Amino acid sequence: MARPLRLVGRRLVGVVPVFMLVVVGAFLLLEAAPGDAVDAYLGGIGGGDAAQMAALRAEWGLDRGPLPRLAAYVAALLRLDLGWSTAFARPVLAVVLERLPNTLLLMGLASGLALALGSALGVVCGARPGSVRDRVLSLAAIAIYAMPGFWLGLVLIVAFSVELRWLPSGGMETVASGLRGWDRAVDVGRHMVLPVFALGLVYMALYLRLMRDGMAELWAQDFVRAARARGMGGARLVLRHVARNALLPVVTMLGLQSAAMLGGSVVIESVFAIPGLGRLAAEAVARRDTPLLLGVVLLSAVVVMTVNLVIDLAYALLDPRVGSGTGG
Amino acid sequence: MLAVLLAVALAAPLLAPGDPLAIKGDPLVAPFVQAAHPLGTDRLGRDVLAALMHGARTTLLVAVSAAAAALGIGITVGTVAGFLGGWVDEALMRVAEAFQTVPAFLLTLALISVTGPRAATIVLGIAVGAWMQPARITRAEILSLRERDFVAAARVVGMRPLEIAFREVLPNALTPVVSLAAVIVAAAVLIEAALSFLGFGDPNLVTWGSMIAEGRTVLRRAPYLSIIPGIGLVLTVLAVHLTGRGVAAALRARRVLA
Repeated sequence: MARPLRLVGRRLVGVVPVFMLVVVGAFLLLEAAPGDAVDAYLGGIGGGDAAQMAALRAEWGLDRGPLPRLAAYVAALLRLDLGWSTAFARPVLAVVLERLPNTLLLMGLASGLALALGSALGVVCGARPGSVRDRVLSLAAIAIYAMPGFWLGLVLIVAFSVELRWLPSGGMETVASGLRGWDRAVDVGRHMVLPVFALGLVYMALYLRLMRDGMAELWAQDFVRAARARGMGGARLVLRHVARNALLPVVTMLGLQSAAMLGGSVVIESVFAIPGLGRLAAEAVARRDTPLLLGVVLLSAVVVMTVNLVIDLAYALLDPRVGSGTGG
Repeated sequence: MLAVLLAVALAAPLLAPGDPLAIKGDPLVAPFVQAAHPLGTDRLGRDVLAALMHGARTTLLVAVSAAAAALGIGITVGTVAGFLGGWVDEALMRVAEAFQTVPAFLLTLALISVTGPRAATIVLGIAVGAWMQPARITRAEILSLRERDFVAAARVVGMRPLEIAFREVLPNALTPVVSLAAVIVAAAVLIEAALSFLGFGDPNLVTWGSMIAEGRTVLRRAPYLSIIPGIGLVLTVLAVHLTGRGVAAALRARRVLA
């Protein structure tokens, strides 16, 4: 058990400089945005004169050079102070943490759907590469992969919400319904079905093709033929030997796609009016609230790094060969 | 298929002259109903087909520019990192990792928040989010080619290291990057569409994303306004992917023969 922990430790150390680079980048963007925190603050409280601005700048240390300001920014980050959101008139950290669970729920469910459905359908295709069902499913997967997420979301809304009236067209839960416990969970679930599908179907198509291609390659390999020669056949062969080994690249992809999925959630959350991080980012840009936007960016980076770390750990636990070599 | 799309995109100003944002007919005419407006009109009476064709130009222009920029940055960085090695390599790869940690879409949004919604910013944003992959692939290729004889020969002749990198090694490393180009263009199409859908595209340009966004307000009455540009996007992305695969296959065949 010590080896995976050492791996995690090593990865954590490697992650710090990368995160510092992201922080510096965020700081540079903050500097590049027109106006500074004093302008934003005074704009929020109705304006102030030049003397007030100078005094505030001196107090907040904004009249010093770029390097001291960068140091102050980093120091603030270490205190978990992400700045002040002008659009919401609250600390950035509070706003961001409020929206985080919704986005995590959306991403988690979408990833789960993509993984489960993609692997299952991929196995169906890969069990018999070149068959009719393989071709049909692969074609459908390619078509879905080419669709813009937001368009898919709109199509789903038109189909399931407008025409069939099966599912609600937006929001996280029915507002002011006062539901508690299990009823509330069901309500949230109903609201999540369409967005989760809109976000996840694209990745499902990706995993389907990965799984299928991986399996197609494995069929010719020696250990599979040996198993066959021993008389193993049917579902057992497909699942235990071929599918399991094709699963590893899919899992790796999952980690790499987490950043892309966060980006996708911006659009999906906007289409379905879900109060999550993605939509928060869009609002921040629309309302020129740069500290809030950068807060979202930094938090996204943290989420992506955490997911990758967890995937690496899972990898190390699954595959005993991993972790004894050099880092990636 | 891509050729048809290109032809239409280039010919757009000829086929549908005039400003696609100008109001031409009655609002919300359904598609295939009037001959003058084969694909119908939108909420303000603008012709859908004209907008579709002009949007094709914008979309392709932005996507190709962004991909070209991404490839330019990526190949340069990858070549420098792969050839010089050492701490330069380490530093550049860390930078690449940093960019990879932040979702590309958010990065583009951040840039737009600084400069305002402009086409150039979108191109830059997509490029900045996509240069890492070409960089890594180029670097890997350079690393494997670096030790070969023709490089040693160039060094003996007296070429400077960077000169060797760009004139001798790079052309041989480009093959895997070409198929990546198609993927980046396809992704750029989708990112640009998403940005204009959210309202962060250039307000002076008609794009398919903005068409879909406009159609959203009348989604229940006239869903075709949102669906048609989407189909256009799907076909474009498919065409780009297929073209990329075709080019890659052709290059591989040539390599085998050579």
